[in-house]
Amino acid sequence: MPGSRPHAEIDRRNADWYVDKLVQVTVFVSGVSAILFIIGIFVFVTIEGVGFIANTLDFGEFFGSPAWRPTSETKPTYGALALIVGTASVTGLAMLVAVPFSLGAAIFIGEFATGKVRETLKVLVELLAAIPSVVWGFIGLSIMNPLIIDVFNVPVGLSILNSGIILGLMAAPIMTTIAEDALKAVPDTYREAAEAMGATRWQVIFRVVLPAAKNGLVAAVLLGVGRGFGETMAVLMASGHSVNLPTSVFDSVRALTATIAAELGETAQGSDHYAALFTLGIFLFAITFLINLAADVVVRGIRKGK
Amino acid sequence: MFEATELNDRNRRAERLWRWLFGMMTGLLIVPVVLILGVLIVKGGPALSIDFLFTEPTDGMRAGGVFPALIGTIWLVAVALLVSVPIGVAAAVYLSEYAPDNWLTRLINLCIINLAGVPSIVHALFGVGAFVLFFKFGISILAASCTLAVLTLPVVIVATRESLQAVPQAFREACWNMGATRWQTIRRVVLPNSISGILTGVILEVSRTTGETAPIMFTGAVFLLPFLPQSVFDPTMAMSLHLFVVSTQVPGVPDELPYGVALVLIGMVLCMNALSIAFRVYLRGKKKW
Repeated sequence: MPGSRPHAEIDRRNADWYVDKLVQVTVFVSGVSAILFIIGIFVFVTIEGVGFIANTLDFGEFFGSPAWRPTSETKPTYGALALIVGTASVTGLAMLVAVPFSLGAAIFIGEFATGKVRETLKVLVELLAAIPSVVWGFIGLSIMNPLIIDVFNVPVGLSILNSGIILGLMAAPIMTTIAEDALKAVPDTYREAAEAMGATRWQVIFRVVLPAAKNGLVAAVLLGVGRGFGETMAVLMASGHSVNLPTSVFDSVRALTATIAAELGETAQGSDHYAALFTLGIFLFAITFLINLAADVVVRGIRKGK
Repeated sequence: MFEATELNDRNRRAERLWRWLFGMMTGLLIVPVVLILGVLIVKGGPALSIDFLFTEPTDGMRAGGVFPALIGTIWLVAVALLVSVPIGVAAAVYLSEYAPDNWLTRLINLCIINLAGVPSIVHALFGVGAFVLFFKFGISILAASCTLAVLTLPVVIVATRESLQAVPQAFREACWNMGATRWQTIRRVVLPNSISGILTGVILEVSRTTGETAPIMFTGAVFLLPFLPQSVFDPTMAMSLHLFVVSTQVPGVPDELPYGVALVLIGMVLCMNALSIAFRVYLRGKKKW
């Protein structure tokens, strides 16, 4: 037929079409920015530390010696063992406090509590999770410190015990929320099937819900550990901040994060000490990256299983 | 015929016991914190007054108020929002509306989780390396706010993505069938239907940004400043750092002063969170679908 054009020749590229394409590119770039920021963090933290790692750092000393003396005039040493043990002991105690309580609370909120009680508890837990870490540090310093000195009759209250409890209270609400989400992800049909077989509530919880939510609960604990490792201000203020290998929970320790926070302000940019602090940063970044990756793999495990 | 057997009784007792035990655990988690907040209020209350909020610290921060720190925190939060909200919302739009289920999307999601998990002090090192030194912002509000923006980006992305995904797919399809482009659909249908959810996320981000200390210590916040910041290139005081300073770095501070600072800070943060929660509850009641 004369005058009729083939369909393909209609040009739809009006102003709206161009705006649409522009938006598509913009949101794509923003989406990818999360990757760029992670790479950026890795690059910028590594660049400052890499020369030091290559030239000065002795790995045996870094991981094997408790002598962190970066400001020594004669022979500075960069042994991070005491800092690693400090972070690990505080995080360990925090998890000892937080894991049973937050899993218990998650089970109570998710499986037992109903209606108003449940909503109120969820809101309370969310508000607890919002308290800033510097306020927790202040609580450790000014409320827990005298309390521990009184109760246990020890000379100093800024210790593993203090910062462990503070960190435990900090991590618990977050772990509770994630664990409760994991319990909620278990389909109700599982519970109904078990109840139809005559199982009581606690049998349903222990034999059906908990096994089904296992991976999510493990991920909750892992994220709590990651949070404990990375916490800075609370640990800086409540742990006593002295470099030593602890022998009891009443000993003061110093954490990796707290060391960076306390010393970065006093170092000259480009000095060995400055680079050593960035090296601690690389170490922290690597550890928390691995913990988060592990949590992600564990969670993905459930999805694959279904 | 329907009498309880011994087994029924035992089971019921066991259930009561477990219920009680888990309830106790929940209580032990919440009660100490409520007690601690009570102590903060009792000890910090006397320090609070209108003057405390609106005067400068005097006598080497041993007396006076918190005005410059309060203003500084508002600056830091505002600039951080200006940076992170556009990027975060756009990223969430991509993840919810455009992203195919492929390796790149999975990588982005993994990076968001990791961005939220990187210790705040490592964010601080990044801020020093990138914003203070490399981009030459110096110790300034801009550098500190950019650091905070990267730190809180996951909060905005996750909250926005959730509220975008809550908009039913049928809304979008109806709009596409009318001949609208993807962007027109997002702009006229998806965003208006999820704007309140996005706002909830933004309020949460404000609360989180207000409380952060470690990332701003070396990038823009300073102990004491005799003047208020005039532009984003000035350093500033901040409430969170001020609490750290008066409770650890200055000898001879009267007892109630740090309690007062802590109370103001925690009040700001909890009010923001309560607002966000109230908003969410209100929305849930209003939802049309």
